[in-house]
Amino acid sequence: MKNQLKVFVIIGGFLLFYFLPLESFGFRNPIFEALAMLNMYAREHVIFSLIPAFLIAGAIYQFLDQNAVLKYLGAKTNKVLAYFVASVSGSVLTVCSCTVLPLFSGIYKKGAGLGPAIAFLYSGPAINVLAIILTARVLGWQLGLARAVGAIIFSVIIGLCMHFIFLSEEKERQANGELQFGVNKSDSDGRTGVQNLLYFISMIGFMVFANWARPQAGDQGLWALIFQVKWYLAIAFALLFIYILINWFKKQEITPWLESSWSFTQQILPLLFLGIFFAGLLLGRPGEEGLIPSRFVATLVGGNSISANFFASIVGAFMYFATLTEIPILQGLIGSGMGQGPALALLLAGPALSLPNMLVIRSVVGTKKTFIYVVLVVIMATISGMVYGNIIQ
Amino acid sequence: MKIEILGMGCPKCKKTTQNAQLAIEELGIEAEIVKVEELDKITEYGVMMTPALVIDGEVKVAGKIPSKQEIISWIEVKK
Repeated sequence: MKNQLKVFVIIGGFLLFYFLPLESFGFRNPIFEALAMLNMYAREHVIFSLIPAFLIAGAIYQFLDQNAVLKYLGAKTNKVLAYFVASVSGSVLTVCSCTVLPLFSGIYKKGAGLGPAIAFLYSGPAINVLAIILTARVLGWQLGLARAVGAIIFSVIIGLCMHFIFLSEEKERQANGELQFGVNKSDSDGRTGVQNLLYFISMIGFMVFANWARPQAGDQGLWALIFQVKWYLAIAFALLFIYILINWFKKQEITPWLESSWSFTQQILPLLFLGIFFAGLLLGRPGEEGLIPSRFVATLVGGNSISANFFASIVGAFMYFATLTEIPILQGLIGSGMGQGPALALLLAGPALSLPNMLVIRSVVGTKKTFIYVVLVVIMATISGMVYGNIIQ
Repeated sequence: MKIEILGMGCPKCKKTTQNAQLAIEELGIEAEIVKVEELDKITEYGVMMTPALVIDGEVKVAGKIPSKQEIISWIEVKK
């Protein structure tokens, strides 16, 4: 058996290379586009957005007390507050996608119940810092903002829908036990809340100004003014950051921070660049052609029709996106003629759902609730895509 | 003594397991390290942030990689 397999692999490889259509434009161009896309990301997005974003993610993981947030998702929390916290807490709790599902299961079984658990599940992957930063940087701040706001609002709506659909069941189901946090985070390391806040502000400030986009020609407003001095502002924040690091942090705190940033980088970066490669290969850079013809994309998800939005939502719901890879893929799609509305629909339905995580969700809440959840996500993503598409045009 | 590591197999859980291993070796005690990877069981402990470390059924840390030193101090309190 082993030997047979080898024979097949060798013959297959031989045939593949023998017939490789190296001369054909249709073959060479997608390969070129894939490399060009990687080149573009390496030049434009690594130094000023990805590296600071990973450092911020590492800092959130290391220095913010997640338990302070989790407290508000317990069984005894006021329900309104629980929904609110569940919908926004993804930004500090889910730097790594592998933490979303345990949290969801925990909130559902031992905490605030079905509604808040669903709200968290929906908004978490969309509003973590890395996702927001890269969406805004690559796809434009409008889409970044729409993604964050859309995710938060719709997470509450979907959570409430689920709660009321399964109201009777929820009432019978008593939350058993309380949440465990283990030992609380070690001493607050002698920094005040304000000092920690300044630390985060200095990192975010550097990133925002270093990435300040070129204003449109003829724009004389505040935006253009800031653009002229953006490097001074960015450097000022960078200096503030260095000052804070030297004066307020002990050496043994800096190492774990860098270590957790590094571990996020290791986890996310290889898949992200693989995603960029394939986005380039299949779709090409904006304005260029990849393997999939632009007119094909434009027919399916161009414009802002119901069918385009619906199709984008369905595809997003079932397809698996590794953390952040939805962004280059979407960039390729938009470049090939996808409308802004369907783009948002895909961004909202995409990272929140995929076939593998549907299966895990099903193991936690059962088939019926999972089905209704998927249906709600697809409907909400379609609607928000339509609304956004109309506003933007 | 039974040390359980809760986590669905992300790199941080492996690091936690490593640290627990080191702690045991350094103390030279008899202890069993068990990996708990099923979401249901993790939730049973009330843990939401992984990795988590449980010593004899008691959740010691959740959502953080404990250092070898920390694990040693928990084990010593238990003894």
